[in-house]
Formats: sequence, structure tokens, C-alpha cells
Amino acid sequence: MRFLRFWWDFVVGDDWRAALGVVVALGATAAIVAAGVDAWWLMPIAVALVLYISLRRETTKTS
Amino acid sequence: MTAAFLVASSFLASAVEFVEALTIVLAAGLTRGWRSSLTGLAAATVVLAAIVAALGPTLKLIPIDALRLVVGALLLAFGLQWLRKAILRASGYKALHDEDEIFAREAAEARAAGAEVRAGLDWYGFTLAFKGVLLEGLEVAFIVITFGSTQGNIGLAAIGAGAALVLVAVVGVAVHAPLSRVPENTMKFAVGVMLTTFGIFWSTEGAGAHWPGNDASLPGVLAFVILLSFAAVTLLRRRRTMVLV
Repeated sequence: MRFLRFWWDFVVGDDWRAALGVVVALGATAAIVAAGVDAWWLMPIAVALVLYISLRRETTKTS
Repeated sequence: MTAAFLVASSFLASAVEFVEALTIVLAAGLTRGWRSSLTGLAAATVVLAAIVAALGPTLKLIPIDALRLVVGALLLAFGLQWLRKAILRASGYKALHDEDEIFAREAAEARAAGAEVRAGLDWYGFTLAFKGVLLEGLEVAFIVITFGSTQGNIGLAAIGAGAALVLVAVVGVAVHAPLSRVPENTMKFAVGVMLTTFGIFWSTEGAGAHWPGNDASLPGVLAFVILLSFAAVTLLRRRRTMVLV
């Protein structure tokens, strides 16, 4: 259990929503590529969105 | 170009972790004795070397697209953590990491701990150094293995990490004190940017998409992540000033 906890903290950290956002965006990229569109542009947009949501959440909590 | 990124990312990320490990080893050595502290350091180094030696060749057996997808996703999740914290620190929403304060806290706890001798070693000093080096070193091992295997060159990533180890060790021995003057947040910012850049690049390729110009688009992704980060810092600083006023 402590082993899993360590890896969770190590990779996911204190905002699991950001990690989930990455997984969802990758799934969407793979699905769009499978539909025949070269969706290289999706991940940069998704990262900007994930970072914005994560920072907004943290700073609203702090201030 | 990619090789230079690889070495630079590995060097910077490793240097940050080695500075943190050095702080713990110094706290253990100065308060509990150097023999147990350095034995802990050596034991953790052996364990880390075994992890890299075991996992490195295993990862080569995985198909490159699957590897890039998984490693890219991991790097992205990991990189966003670093970047988020560095942005929060740079904009004043989070306290800067202070090696002097960490050293003082670790040293006070080490002084207060009782004496227990096992295998001829001060056990507290040994375990403090061992755990500190192992935990910080695991992040280095993770970066060396993931960066190296995805680029098909673990050796190059290891060179970056090795150079950082030598530099931090030499400066640590010379200064004999926590490296509090290292611009740690700037380094962490750079590492967060690089991890996120590589994460975006590889995970996109792993998901089946192709970057225009292949590897040539990597500097473009890097520029995008840098711009995004600086825009976030600027906006958050402005917002914090407005809240304080």
C-alpha cells in the first residue's frame, strides 16, 4: 500500500485532475487520429487548458 | 538538437535532486557522523544503479510507439506537477524552496533522535542518508530511464545525470554546507518546461499523430510551453498584486 502511495504521489502528485486531463486528452488524440485526422495540435491545447484549470483552482484556494 | 535537449534536461533535473540529496546527507553527516551517512549514501547509490540496470534493458523490449505513449503521459503528468509548482513559486503563491531551512530541520531531528547502533553504524544517520538519497535518486532514475529509452539512448541521459552528480558532489565537498545559493526555482522551472515539452511531443507521437517536420517541431513545442508558463506567471503576479491591494 505504501509502495502504491509513493508512486501515486511521485507521478500524479497533489492534483489528480491534471493527470486525468492528460489521459483524457491522449485518448481524444488517439480517437481523432483513428478517425483519419492528424491531431498533433490537440495535446498543446489540452496542456494549456489543464494548466489553466489547475492553477486557477490552486490560486483561488490560496487567496 | 534532440540530443542536446536530452542531456540538458537530464542534467538539470538531476542537479535539482542531487542538491536536495546533498542537504540530507550533510545533515546526517554533521550531526550523526560521516561513516553512517556516507555508508547510507553508498548503499542507496548501489540500489539506484541496480534499478537503472534492470529497467533500462527491459524497456527496450517494448514497441517504441507504446513506450512513447506511456512514457510521454508519465512525463507530462510529472512535468505538469513541476511546472505548476514553479509557476506558483515564481508568482508568489507558494514559498520558495529553502535548502537552509530544510537542513536546519533535518539536523535538529537528527540531533534529537536516540542512539541505536546496528552493524557498527549509527542507524539513524544511515537510514536518513539512505532514504534521502534513494527517494531523490529515484526521480533521477525515472528521468534517465524514461528520457533515455524513448530517445533510444539511455547512455546520453546518464551522461547528463552523471555530470550533475559530479558538479554537485564537487561543490558540496568544497562548500561543506547546503547549496542554498543555487537558483533552485529557476532550475525547477526549466526542468518542468523540458519535461512538459518532451511529454507533449512523445505522448502525441505515441497516440499515433505526427508532428509537422518530425523532430524539427520540438523547439516549437518548447517555445509554446515557455510562452505559456511566462504568461501564467505574469497573469498570476498581476492577480496577486490586485488581491493584496
